[in-house]
Amino acid sequence: MVVNCLRGFEFLGDWALYYFNLTGRMGLFMLRAVIATIVPPYKWEPLVNQIHFIGAKSLFVIIFTGAFTGMVLGLQGYYSLSQFGSESALGSAIGLSLVRELGPVLTALMVTGRAGSAICAEIGIMRNTEQIDALECMAIDPFKFLIAPKLVAAIISLPILAAFFNVVGILGGYLIAVPVLGVNEGAYFQGMYQSVIWDDLYMGLVKSLAFAIIIIGICASKGFYVHLDRAGGFGAEGVSRVTTSAVVFSSVAILVGDYLITAILL
Amino acid sequence: MTEQRDPIIRLVEIEKSFGTQKVLRKASLDIRTGKATVIVGGSGQGKSVLLKHMLGLLKPDNGQVLIHGKDISRMKKNELMEVRRDIGVLFQSSALFDSITVYENVALPLRERTKLKEAEIGRIVKEKLALMDLHGVEEKYPAQLSGGMRKRVGLARALVLDPKIVFLDEPTTGLDVKRSEEIYKLFHHTQRKLGYTSVIVSHDAPKIFKLADYVALVADGKIQECLPPEDFQTSENPYVKAFIQATMGEIYRGEGESL
Repeated sequence: MVVNCLRGFEFLGDWALYYFNLTGRMGLFMLRAVIATIVPPYKWEPLVNQIHFIGAKSLFVIIFTGAFTGMVLGLQGYYSLSQFGSESALGSAIGLSLVRELGPVLTALMVTGRAGSAICAEIGIMRNTEQIDALECMAIDPFKFLIAPKLVAAIISLPILAAFFNVVGILGGYLIAVPVLGVNEGAYFQGMYQSVIWDDLYMGLVKSLAFAIIIIGICASKGFYVHLDRAGGFGAEGVSRVTTSAVVFSSVAILVGDYLITAILL
Repeated sequence: MTEQRDPIIRLVEIEKSFGTQKVLRKASLDIRTGKATVIVGGSGQGKSVLLKHMLGLLKPDNGQVLIHGKDISRMKKNELMEVRRDIGVLFQSSALFDSITVYENVALPLRERTKLKEAEIGRIVKEKLALMDLHGVEEKYPAQLSGGMRKRVGLARALVLDPKIVFLDEPTTGLDVKRSEEIYKLFHHTQRKLGYTSVIVSHDAPKIFKLADYVALVADGKIQECLPPEDFQTSENPYVKAFIQATMGEIYRGEGESL
């Protein structure tokens, strides 16, 4: 009995140590990535490639999800608002929920799934096949060479992708609200115009920037430290396992971060 | 270890454990300037661990790793970077960057570490690839090459900045006899031509002895002997005797069968 109790403590301690360690490692990883980003020389070609990969190639999926999110908001918003006879507020409701919340969050989740997983797997494979050791031995800083372009590209891409998401979402909502449900066109845009102010855009922008750092920090560091993974980060299976956990961890962190930023900025 | 003159690398009483497993117990070794030192030993005896200490990829629990007289295990990151500028490495797995072409792989150290113009980079890359007897592979990706070719590209990349020290981790593992011979010849040829110091980890004894100025045996967590090949083969050290018997014995049997 006593032994079992002790084992419980042992398990708890082991778990806590592991996760403290992991969080610390990610923090230091981000710090080194930021330093590597700031210190010259700067190279443009890798940055452009990464913006293409993280940003441009995510555009289709963002437009697609943005359109459907806007359309669903149109339907659901109309249903809720019509119970109070305030269908004319539909434009404001859609605009505010997209700009402040759904735009940045859903964009970040989609980018995690598309680019975050790929980044984690790519860096994890490089680690497992000694390519990162090779970089270090060639006196090439892996943070500067691998991580910095991805970090800057994500910071540039995410706000732009979120902006696309918002615009397409607003148009999707319009498509449902005006032609299908018969909301007045003027009321849809006028309401939105009046209620969405600079502070709302600011909140959306802060979220996008924070999510960019979360995605790269978690996905890249998980891959970079695949060999330190507790479940054994060796071979293809090790990479697949850390990629899964990076996507889950990053998605959860985005939602928690979303709550914290909202609570602080409101 | 008879002569102590001018070692470019000195390992001083290195101790290293992984968890409860003690891999190195006070291992000491001197690598002499301009010579080829081959590190041999059974699997799991710590050959690669020893090599990773010399590259600064692992830090010893105790002891010193001196390169040009400076302890790299206690260096700051940028000092270590400075030391690594003189070093070229061929990894066991070749460790080529698999998402870029052969040309870009060999050009990478030049692009990242020098301010050379693209035309000059192209000239050096072509020259190194030609030195390795590689023609028309510039635009291929590493995955499209055979194992032997990948090793040669790895060697070209390791030599591209004309390093003073070259490390080779199992340069012939996974290659057939003919390809191994090719790598040995190439290596012998380039070392004579470029005059670098080399450290080779291999279990391809005794063939690798042909390349060696010195042979060092790792066993029981220590360097048992580090001697020129002829002296090594007649050493009275029990570990060395056992090693020679095991490896040479196999070779003689192998030849007997083929007759």
